[in-house]
This record gives sequence, structure tokens and C-alpha cells, in this order.
Amino acid sequence: MPSTFQFRSQVAVLMRDSIDTDQIIPARFLTTTTKAGLGKLVFNDWRYESDGTPKGDFVLNQADPETTRVLLAGEDFGCGSSREHAPWALADWGLRAIIARSFADIFRNNALKNGLLPIALPAEAHATLAKDLERDPEGEVIISLQNQEVTLPDGSKIGFDVDPFAKHLLLNGHDELDFLRTFTEATEAYEGSLGSR
Amino acid sequence: MSDSPKTLYEKVYADHVVADAGYDRDVLYVDLHLVHEVTSPQAFSVLAERGLKVRRPDRTVATMDHSIPTKRTDGKLQVLDSAAQAQLQALSESCAKHGIPLHAMGDEAQGVVHVIGPELGLTQPGMTIVCGDSHTSTHGAFGALAFGIGTSQVGHVLATQTLLESRAKTFSVTFEGKAPEGVSAKDLVLAFIAKVGANGGQGCVLEFRGEAIRALSMEGRMTLCNMSIEAGARAGMVAPDETTFAYLEGRAHAPKGDDWGKALERWKALATDEGATFDREVTIDASALSPRVTWGTNPGMGVGIDEPLPSPADARDDAEKRARERALEYMKLEAGKPLLGTDVDVVFIGSCTNARIEDLREAARIFGKHKVADGTRVLVVPGSRQVKHAAEAEGLHDIFTAAGAEWRDPGCSMCIAMNGDKIEPGQLAVSTSNRNFEGRQGPGGRTILASPLTAAAAAVRGKVADPRELL
Repeated sequence: MPSTFQFRSQVAVLMRDSIDTDQIIPARFLTTTTKAGLGKLVFNDWRYESDGTPKGDFVLNQADPETTRVLLAGEDFGCGSSREHAPWALADWGLRAIIARSFADIFRNNALKNGLLPIALPAEAHATLAKDLERDPEGEVIISLQNQEVTLPDGSKIGFDVDPFAKHLLLNGHDELDFLRTFTEATEAYEGSLGSR
Repeated sequence: MSDSPKTLYEKVYADHVVADAGYDRDVLYVDLHLVHEVTSPQAFSVLAERGLKVRRPDRTVATMDHSIPTKRTDGKLQVLDSAAQAQLQALSESCAKHGIPLHAMGDEAQGVVHVIGPELGLTQPGMTIVCGDSHTSTHGAFGALAFGIGTSQVGHVLATQTLLESRAKTFSVTFEGKAPEGVSAKDLVLAFIAKVGANGGQGCVLEFRGEAIRALSMEGRMTLCNMSIEAGARAGMVAPDETTFAYLEGRAHAPKGDDWGKALERWKALATDEGATFDREVTIDASALSPRVTWGTNPGMGVGIDEPLPSPADARDDAEKRARERALEYMKLEAGKPLLGTDVDVVFIGSCTNARIEDLREAARIFGKHKVADGTRVLVVPGSRQVKHAAEAEGLHDIFTAAGAEWRDPGCSMCIAMNGDKIEPGQLAVSTSNRNFEGRQGPGGRTILASPLTAAAAAVRGKVADPRELL
């Protein structure tokens, strides 16, 4: 289904670098055979005590998924394991975009396939947003994929890069597997050229 | 353009482009798709929902490794819980339904996915290889383009045998000189990651080159390429040479007869052309390296074993300062002092990084002379059933058990701690695996990454120790 992918949101701030996918969802939860219901496990070991009690000072225990659909983090978000359970869990909690300084390649790929927009901001803009949110933790941003633009709480706008193919798919509601399947003839021809390889 | 000198990566990539898909994307053909239990069930579900078949089950191979038990109780392997059991069952059913060869628990060719691919001769130079696992970069040791993918893409490859890919940047990593005694492939790659940082290879495919790389065995090259992802790189590669060909010849799935000769001709043309240029280059003097250890919570936080841990005060910027402070606090370690002499609770020798026969031989050099220290728990987990048999044929298992280590069945085990093999909160492990992330080896656990020699040295001393003093 086509989507404008434009929304207003508060921002949960988790200002750390190199947040790896083992933190986003620990490996011991990966024996699931579905994608559903992982939101309650997202950041499990940062979010809960070992007896399951929520840690009051952890940002996702303070934020409301109804109003908070954006997470702000540092550099190299999503490094480590290729587990797609990480974007599944983040999206299932209610997030639709992660703003960071940079993203690990596999995570960025996985996120885009699950309607979770990775937005890498340059240092200055990233710092401005962080400062705005320190002043006003309830400040809202507006994310527009069409315009490739984040509107900060103070009304200023910052552009961001997005992979043009992923943008096309997200805005038109197209599916990557369907798109790939349109190349079946080319694939057959390629296979024909392989010989015994 | 077609005549201009090309890198190994550029040749393999170009050779697999099925079509230009527009939007800066190519449809890339996948020669070999490796599958394991953890990242595949949701992909098989997508096929089922859409009524699609696996396009090339003959180019797909599955194994069980991440969640399976490695400890026998009354001679039997008991899966941890019903969820893990159901996931293994799901893989068996999907493979049976689609005609995919599966090396299930107990099968003679079973093992960690990145150990069995090469050992069966499935992994070959010039191939494209993918798997729903970030350490797929391991297979780049053979001059293959091999990288990890998410579960959506596992579904794409199952259904179409292709992927949408974009070209990566190229990054030449040269190790000059000879690595000294006691310095292994693991130490080389840990030194590289510390130099460029845990995201220093982002967007790049690495090519490891130079005298110290040529001198490595295939096992060593696999260790090296395995950890490319720990520098954030998409993949790592080593150009195939006589060492590669000698390793492959005669393996179960390697080309035979006339096909072997043709394959050799193709493989020899893969090396980076004279005059080809890379987007980035770095050179490291291998002869100046010591055994390496990590002290923090990502693989880039590492030092030589006798070097003091870096201080937050010396960090480049505020972000690095905070990251160091946080890592030191989590690891309960002190800046300014070396790790040597730090008490160790657990030693893990295993994983897709360091659980091949050569790794076990290295560890046995130390366990053959010294007993495990009192109070230190030591697991030796072979990477595959074949590695286990080979080790037992050489008597390595007797060396490990006589020294006081546990000798296990093959699997990912304590690298990812999904199967019940884990360290307890607060415990410190020296591990030959690939990730020292918080809680990676068990919630609250602390991990020091090191080579098999350094891990064995820690096992017999009960403390972080320099293996060169124990050889």
C-alpha cells in the first residue's frame, strides 16, 4: 500500500555509540519462528533487571509508543549480528525511524525492509537535535521521507540521504521480492551461461 | 573500462551481475546459499505464504549450529528447550519440503555453517556466497565474495537465487613482514580492527594482502576474513593461491577431473590486477605485533597483551571518551594497566572464528605442557563433526581432557550463548570467538577476545597470560 511516510513524533534518546544488535535483541530470544511480539523484548538486558522488573531509568520504559516513534542514538547503530529480529523488535515496539550519526550496513538494509527508516545525520545537525531534546525532552520532530527531511523541534529543517530504491519501495508500497521476481528471465539466461559451474 | 585493471572484488562482483536493476542496484546471482536454523524460519514462511518454491535447492545447503547442544548427558545431546526444538524441527521440515540438503544434529557433515562450507569444498574461489549470518565473510578467505544477509534477503535468495546489491567501496589491508612466533591470524585481525575501529570498514569490501597473509594457512585466512564484519566491512577477501588450491583439491564438492583444471584456470585469474586501485588502503607491520586482547565491549577496543589499557582522558572526542568509560565500567577494568594477570573465570575455545583443526592444534601446544588452573572452567568446542573426528584421530581430545578442559560436540556454543552454554553474570571469559559485546556470552558476562594460544594460556594460568612464555 502506498504511504506518505510522513509523521510527527517525540524522540527517545539513547545516546550511545556502537549499539549492537545483541543489545537490541539478545541471542537467547532468537529461537522464535515468527516475527511477531518481539517489541516486549527490545533492549531486554538494558531495559529489565534480571528478575524481569523494568528499569525505571531506561528510556523505552519512560517513553510512550503512542507518541514516540523515533529513537535517537550515536554512531554505528545496529553493528554486529545480521539478525533481522533487531528491526522487527524495534518496529514492533512502535518505532518507525532511528536517527543516528551512522548505521551498520546490514542493519540499515534490514531496517528499510521493515518500514523502519534509518536516518543518518551529519555531526552538527545530530548535535543540534540532541541539544534541542535536552532542553525539551517532549519536543517533537516531523519526519518526511518524500522530502528527505527532518523538521526539528525549533522548526528548522535538516535534509537526509536515503537509498533511492528503498525510498521508491516504501513510498509506493512495493515489495522487493516481487520486484526481484520480474528478473526471472534474465536469471535463467545467466544460469544458462554458467556451464558446469 | 573493461580493460582497466580490476580488484579481486570487482572481478567477482562483475561476474555475477544478472541485470542492472536501476536505482543504483544490480541483480546479483548467488552461487551458494548457506542456511541455518535461526535466521531462516520466517523466510520459509514467506515462501509458503506466496506459494513459492526454492529456485535452486542444489545451490542451497543447510546445517544446525546456533542453538544445538554441545554437551552429552548419558551419551545423548539434549536440546535446551521446546522453542529451540521447534525451530530445529521447522528447519528439518522446510528442507524436506524443498529438497534442500540438511546436515542435522548428529550428521557426519554437521557443524558450524562457516566451518562446514569450506571443509566440504562447497566454498570455492570466485563464488558469491550468502547466509543469514554476519560471519559469512569467513568464506572470503577463498577469494569468494561472501556476506551476511537478513532474513528478508534469505527469502529473496531462496525464491530467486538472486539479490539486489549495490557496489561496495574497496579497501586494501596489507600486512607486511612476517608475524612473530605466538602471533596468529586472530592477532592480525584484532590489530587491524583496533587500528580502524569497529566501524572503520563500513561500506567497504576488504582485501587482505601482503607477505603475512600469503604465509597464512586457509584456517588462518578464514579467521581473518571471519572478523571483517567486526570492522563493519561488508566482506573480506584473500586472493586464491597455491595454499587455497591445495586445501580444496579432493574435497567432497570441489571440482573433479577436467573440471578441476578448468576451475584452476578461472581461479588463477581472480587476483587483483597490477595497477588496480582501491578506495582506501592501510598497511600494518605484522612483524611488530604481539598477541592481542580486547578490553572493551566492541572488537575495536583492543591492545597488545603487554600494553596498558587506553585512558578515557586520551580519547579523540567526547563520544569515544564516554564509550571507553562505559566499557571499562562494564568490564570492571582499569585504564593505564595491562590486562596481564587479570583473573579469568572461563575460557572458550570454539566458534566460526577459531574452531578448526589448526586452532585446536595451537591450543594443544599449551595444554600438552600445562594443566588447567584450579577454578577455571574451560570448554573446547570443535567447529564441526569432521574437525572433532580429526582432532580425536590426532589425540588432541586426550590432551584437552587430561589437562582439565571439557571436550564438546560441535556447535556455536558459548560464542552466542543460545544453547545453554554461557557464562554467569560478572564472570570474565577469554574467548576465541568474535564478539565481546555486553552479555554476548551470557547476560552480565564479560568477554576478552583472543587467539587460541592466548586463550589456552589464560586457561592454564587462570589469568590473562602471554602465550609466548608457555610455548
